This record gives sequence, C-alpha cells and structure tokens, in this order.
Amino acid sequence: MDKKFMVALLVAAMAVILFPLFQSFEGGTQLSELGQYYTQNGVSDTGATNLVASVVVTYRGLDTLGEVTILFLAASIISFFLSVSKDDRIENRTVMSVTEILSTASQTLVPIIVLVGAYILVNGHLTPGGGFQGGAIIASGTLLMFLANPNHKLNHTIIHVIESTSGIAFVAIGVIGVLMMDGGFLSNKLFDLGTPGEVISAGAMPLINIFLGLKVGTELSNVLGIFVESQNEK
Amino acid sequence: MDQYLGQVVMAIGFILAILGLYGLLSQKNMIKMILGFSIFTTGVNIIMVAIGYVKGGTAPILDAEGNAVAKFVDPVPQALVLTSIVIGLGVTAMMLAYVMKLYQDKKSLNINDYKDLKW
Repeated sequence: MDKKFMVALLVAAMAVILFPLFQSFEGGTQLSELGQYYTQNGVSDTGATNLVASVVVTYRGLDTLGEVTILFLAASIISFFLSVSKDDRIENRTVMSVTEILSTASQTLVPIIVLVGAYILVNGHLTPGGGFQGGAIIASGTLLMFLANPNHKLNHTIIHVIESTSGIAFVAIGVIGVLMMDGGFLSNKLFDLGTPGEVISAGAMPLINIFLGLKVGTELSNVLGIFVESQNEK
Repeated sequence: MDQYLGQVVMAIGFILAILGLYGLLSQKNMIKMILGFSIFTTGVNIIMVAIGYVKGGTAPILDAEGNAVAKFVDPVPQALVLTSIVIGLGVTAMMLAYVMKLYQDKKSLNINDYKDLKW
C-alpha cells in the first residue's frame, strides 16, 4: 500500500485513540484522593512547601532513583558510543570564529547562570524548582561555554568524581533511611523537619536536592562535552 | 477563558502529539525524526499536566507559613511529568549519539540508506 496512506492511517488511528480522552475531559472541580492526601498532609509529613518536590523527592523517591539511573545509563551509553581514542584525535580543531558578542556574553553570563542553577536547586523544597531543574540550568551554562569556545576542555576527572560522589551520597541517604529510621527508603526524617518555609528545613530534602542537582548538572555537562569532543575525530 | 483553560491546554497537547507523530513517521532525515519524537513527547507531557488540572487551581506551592492559600492543581501528574521530561531528555540525547555515529559511518542522514536491519 502507499506509504503516505499508511502514515495518514496511523496518525488518524492515534487521533481516534486520544480523542475520547479529550472529549470526556472537563477539568476536575476537586483533587483526586491521592492529590488531596498530598495537599493536606504534605507539610506535616515532609516539611516542604513545594508539594511537587515533596512528591518527587520523598513520597515517590524510589521513582526518582530509577529516573537518575536511566539518565546515568543514557550518559554512559553516549560516552561509550562517542568516545574518541587519543591516537585519532585532533587537539585543536579549527572552528568558525565566534562573534565578540557571544564570547563576551558567555564570560559574563556563565557564572550568573550557574548561580541561578545553584539557587534553584538549594531552594527546591520551597519554591518551584529542585535538583533536576537546577542541574539542567547549570548544564545550560556549560552549553553556552561550549558555544563561545568549542575547543574548551572539560576536566573529566573532576566531573566523574562529583557525579559518582553525589550518586553514591543519594543512595546512601536512602539506605540510612532504611537502616536507622522507620520511614523506609529515602526517608525524609533523617534530620529535624524544622519550620516550613525556611531554607534549612524539610529534613533530608535540601540535601537530596543538592546531590540530585550536582549529579544531573555534571552528567548533562559531561554529555555535552562528549558530543563536542566527538567532533575532534580525524 | 479561565473556564476552558484545561480544554485549551489539552487541545494544544493533542495537536503537538499528533504533529510530532506525523513528523516522526513522514520525515526521511533522522534529525527531523528525532525532532518529531521530541514534539510528540512534549505533547504527551502537556496532556498529562492538563489531566491534573483543577478548575481555578494554582500551582501546588504553599505560602511561607505552610498554609494553603488557594485551591491547588493535582501535584501527582506534575511530578510524573518531571520524571518523564528527564527520561525524554536522556532518550533524545542517546538517539542523537546514534545518529552521529551512523553519519560518521555512511555520511548520510537519510533513513532509507540504512537497510542493515530491514527485512
């Protein structure tokens, strides 16, 4: 059969599958039972004012561990795939010169971007944000650095040390929760819950967010670095 | 407008998902296929967020004293979408790495030039 017809058929089938969901959707007037529980007990259970972060880091912490594992796996596969051996690497490849606007802007903006990323991941339990968002912002700073100077060399040793240390620390916090507390894996009650709304509150959550942010930030920076360096193959 | 906010967002999600699927299926350039996949993922994420919408609800962030000031939308789909975005990012980066390797091998981005696993 004609290929275009098959494509149209598949897209139409997808539309037919999705349409009843759209048609029956009214926009609920009240929360689901689970959402209601999280809204009412989120603060007393976790001490965090950002309910999404309390779901991601505490209530569904195990899912987050799986998420981190998938990201780590993807980064490992990419570095395995695109690694260039020392023998067939050009040290400084000639690249199109960047404009002065970009190079100056990157020098000014990269520290600020990293600072904003750090702010967002430290305040993840209070305001919108968290480890993943902050890490992604830090990695976007790395991207700007690479845009301004494609021959920039990332220090892979430091990146790997930070990444593995924060990964191990994240799992260690989880295991300590199982061993010492009654809260189970990734228990939030490792530290005092404190007053909701303060930076040092919500138990282990700021710590977990910082480790997550460091791990995600270094991991994404590493992936970007590998993508750039793989261009240096002869 | 406020009354139909959920429907509008969901409709945008559907349009993006279907456009993304069409791009994924119809394009021959592998980079464009990955773009289609990304648009498809974005559409599905928007649909998921829209499902958790509660009429008149705001973001599930409490005020400084830890009290709910307004009606909230469901935090569970938002947390799920957060996970899904990160996984989508990992998958996209991995697909791009594959494409780069394939391009180094055959100097072509056209999917029709790769018939190694086709039967």
